[in-house]
Amino acid sequence: MINLTIIDRDGGRMPVEIPEGINLSLMEVLKASEYEILATCGGMALCATCHVQVIEGPEQYFTPTDAELDVLDTLPYVEPSSRLACQIRITEDMDGMVFKLMGGD
Amino acid sequence: MEQITTDICIIGAGPVGLFAVFEAGLLKMRCHLIDVLPQVGGQLSEIYPHKPIYDIPGYPDITAQQLIDNLMLQIAPFNPTFSLGERVETLNRREDGSYDIKTDDGTSVHCQVVVIAGGLGCFEPRKPEIDRLADFEGKGVAYMVKNPEHFRGKKVVLAGGGDSALDWAVFLSNVAERVTLVHRGDTFRGAPDSAGKVFDLAKEGKIDLILKSNVVALTGDDSLQEITLLDRNNQVSHIEADHLIPLFGLSPKLGPIAEWGLNIDRSAIAVNTVDYSTNIERIYAIGDINTYPGKLKLILCGFHEAALMAQSAFKYVFPEQKLSFKYTTVYGVSAF
Repeated sequence: MINLTIIDRDGGRMPVEIPEGINLSLMEVLKASEYEILATCGGMALCATCHVQVIEGPEQYFTPTDAELDVLDTLPYVEPSSRLACQIRITEDMDGMVFKLMGGD
Repeated sequence: MEQITTDICIIGAGPVGLFAVFEAGLLKMRCHLIDVLPQVGGQLSEIYPHKPIYDIPGYPDITAQQLIDNLMLQIAPFNPTFSLGERVETLNRREDGSYDIKTDDGTSVHCQVVVIAGGLGCFEPRKPEIDRLADFEGKGVAYMVKNPEHFRGKKVVLAGGGDSALDWAVFLSNVAERVTLVHRGDTFRGAPDSAGKVFDLAKEGKIDLILKSNVVALTGDDSLQEITLLDRNNQVSHIEADHLIPLFGLSPKLGPIAEWGLNIDRSAIAVNTVDYSTNIERIYAIGDINTYPGKLKLILCGFHEAALMAQSAFKYVFPEQKLSFKYTTVYGVSAF
């Protein structure tokens, strides 16, 4: 099992347990866990409605990809560790990571 | 104030709303479409026009915009009419069961049947957190440029770092008295061309470029007069402005439809899968906006829903007639 902690927009912390090897993105896991995430574009890094902030985890997860930066740049507020959940594939090294949901719009 | 009379009013001009025109047209029902976006195509045209889609039957791959263009060709024989860039506001039922729909632009549509094909809802501009932003909406604050002439000779501040902020900064630099572009970052990741133009115009003194800053507050009496900026070092500054245009992309919201008394389950409209009708007579919901056990948000599922909706809606549009199902291969498509 991969254990993540999700901080929702009200500040509440909830654990999310994900089986290994499910081949999903963090956005898809969050949607399946009934978090309020629109994911309008379905995972193409185009709409920014799955905006999250990395709070704890391995260093490489703190840096958004170029495709993410293109979209994050259009938002009014981002953090240096802002990511698009649709661009984060769930892998075993993510065990113990903490993410915060951003942008309730 | 436009007055339109039609058989079916379709809310949402995305792929499913467009195909509903075809299915309705085969049964001789006329359609009027309303969409909050200024163009047809919904999220396909607005968000991913150049992305290929692989699960449209008969097309191994097709770009989103091509699919929309093809749908427009396919429905052309049925002469649909459109109100684009307008948001549906109110719905009123007449005694005979028909409906009047009004938009925020004052357009009024009288129809026998309402079909909600609204996708994820209506795309609304993302609003940044700026003190007193709402107070100046329509009094200096606008979230899109509908008519550039409106800004002629004015002091305009644009906020944002995406393509639309760059493009409008370039365009309005020839129209407005003064254009200021405020961007949170210090680089632009939008189209390199537009970014280059903005930096050139800034060097020539034709645009004021304020980087690493955010708009935080607005002041004015009846209309916007001054904008307060905060930079990364927490330094506050003020600039005079007649207009502020925050351009931070669009985000879908269910909008006024949520107030119509429909059964809504987690931002989707619950429907009966026999005909995709809602809990309110003569109102249907098809495509991504509906929900039912086993729902899949696929364009091809929306097309199927449109076909079944049209067969069911027929009884309200032509109560005296008996519906007989006809294949296009036998009867063709008769235009009207």
